[in-house]
Amino acid sequence: MRPAGRSDTDSLYFDYPHFDPPAERDALSDPVPVAIVGAGPVGMTAALALAHEGVRSVLLDAKDTFNDGSRAICISRSSYQILERLGVLAPFLEKSLPWTTGRSFYRGQQILEFEMPDGLSEKFRPMYNIEQQYIEQFLWQAIDREPLIDARWQSRVTGVEDTDDGVMLTVEDLLDRYHMKADWLLAADGARSTIRGLRGLRLKGENHEGRYVIADVQMNHDYPTIRRALFDPDCRRGGTVLVHRQPDNIWRIDYQLRDGEDASDAIREEAVRASVASVLDEIGHSGDWDLEWWSVYSANTLALDDYRDGRIFFIGDSAHIVPIFGVRGLNNGLADASNIAWKLAWVMQGRANAALLDSYTPERRGATLDVFANASKSARFMAPPTAGWQLMRDAALNLALSHPFAGTLANPRQMSPYTYADSPVIAPDDPAFSHGPVPGAPLPGTRVGDGFLSDCLGDGFSLITFDGALERHLDDLDLTIVSLPPASDAAARLAATSSSAYLVCPDAHIAARWAEATPKAVRDAFTLAIAGDTT
Amino acid sequence: MTAADLETVYEALAKQLDAIAQDKRDLFLAKLVLLLSHDLDDASQVLSRIRESAANIDV
Ligand SMILES: Cc1cc2nc3c(=O)[nH]c(=O)nc-3n(C[C@H](O)[C@H](O)[C@H](O)COP(=O)(O)OP(=O)(O)OC[C@H]3O[C@@H](n4cnc5c(N)ncnc54)[C@H](O)[C@@H]3O)c2cc1C
Repeated sequence: MRPAGRSDTDSLYFDYPHFDPPAERDALSDPVPVAIVGAGPVGMTAALALAHEGVRSVLLDAKDTFNDGSRAICISRSSYQILERLGVLAPFLEKSLPWTTGRSFYRGQQILEFEMPDGLSEKFRPMYNIEQQYIEQFLWQAIDREPLIDARWQSRVTGVEDTDDGVMLTVEDLLDRYHMKADWLLAADGARSTIRGLRGLRLKGENHEGRYVIADVQMNHDYPTIRRALFDPDCRRGGTVLVHRQPDNIWRIDYQLRDGEDASDAIREEAVRASVASVLDEIGHSGDWDLEWWSVYSANTLALDDYRDGRIFFIGDSAHIVPIFGVRGLNNGLADASNIAWKLAWVMQGRANAALLDSYTPERRGATLDVFANASKSARFMAPPTAGWQLMRDAALNLALSHPFAGTLANPRQMSPYTYADSPVIAPDDPAFSHGPVPGAPLPGTRVGDGFLSDCLGDGFSLITFDGALERHLDDLDLTIVSLPPASDAAARLAATSSSAYLVCPDAHIAARWAEATPKAVRDAFTLAIAGDTT
Repeated sequence: MTAADLETVYEALAKQLDAIAQDKRDLFLAKLVLLLSHDLDDASQVLSRIRESAANIDV
């Protein structure tokens, strides 16, 4: 919502583009390899990831511009790794504000300062703040110059039927209503997914206590890019407030409504202005400020049981809704897009077996459930659901005033990378390792020469070796060999000796590893990773 | 801990509880448990003590 007199897209700092429906109309009904419903950040990323693999797609969105207002603002390191692999990261790095530190306050006193995992071995910082409009704009700029993506705005999908070898979509725009056959469909149509409804599927899970208003304000406010969490502050007794810095002097104020506070009342402009003013007073801002945009949300943990339905894959908010203070909503969706895109491309190109697609749900739904577990912890701390949780939360905060150890309970733990533990295409770990990253885990950051290990990886699978002999027996496999010296930072980080090796998936998760690699073991793991022989 | 020590703790706790407003006693006890758990540095022992303390509570 925006202040009275301003339209949904009348922003203080962002010029919304306007997109027309397709002008070229001859080929609208031509069959396509992949259709993507929804050009939000997740659908756009999926289109770019498919194009990166050489796969053509049609990207459909009902709207005529980007999402109104800045919703997701915290983009994680893992998302930047995805955007970098797609070659679209530069404008993000230029615009966004990196951060590593969070501070928590209880009744005005700081009780915790935490640092998210970071170091010289990491190419990117743990988190970057940037408004969602810019995320969409930067993705769109890359799509606009990508010939493999046919983007159609003001094009609403209203029907989907199974055919023998794909789906038949019904699409409506201002000029026409037409059908289009797609071999595969990615449903990136958001929390209120049309496709999910058309398929009769439902999100399942829980609604947590606590409703929050998020408001963006523009102001000159002197504070570094540090996440601030205010527990039980004077401006909002019994509630929690989060404050985040964004580019363009925009600040995100996120505050919890009290029990019994009426949400429809609380989001009236005067009510939002009064609440924001009291938060700004609390954080010591006395200068001018402008209200940009606001919205209300509650903390849900909801997901589909299966992210796949025949030839349809659900990605992003259509598949899962997570509480936003875990900052995983969008980040999780980008990982979905990256995960399904390479798999679909490899299967379509005959480079992997069709069964590979069945690893999408266990990997990505597993990641969602992990987010749920963490987010549920945060939700219980920020908005304790019962008297017991409330008492322990208050005890921890109160004790933290004198004993800092108790403050660590207020750490939101937003940055634990997820390991694909239950994936049918990830090999069991080699028991000869006592440490280092396990199969399923994302490849960790480490320096290689003047750059980073991630810079050395190929576009597809990569085999990291520390000994020249192994690869001579593997040159028929569809993978990039990365030879590293046995005495190196990378070898130490990977607990590798000269005979060790790591097989890495196109999405930079580890598929298998061996303390003593043999060509046969690599060959078997590669076959597993592409879900069986393709010949 | 000797019987005398235990008695000292018992008395100190009773006095402290009386010195704290009734609606803050829960908070005080919860803080104390967190603090002592931290000192004890043994989560599984604390967990079994939590279970033991909950026994007979409705007698
Ligand atoms: C009010 C609000 C505040 C949020 N705040 C945060 C936050 O602070 N932090 C955070 O991490 N996340 C936040 N989120 C979540 C975050 O914005 C989403 O996770 C993210 O936008 C998901 O991207 P998506 O591409 O999956 O879906 P969306 O961004 O919702 O995009 C879906 C797209 O599909 C299109 N569409 C829908 N139906 C059809 C159809 N039938 N045919 C064609 N097109 C269709 C829509 O027009 C839309 O463009 C917030 C969400 C909301 C709604």
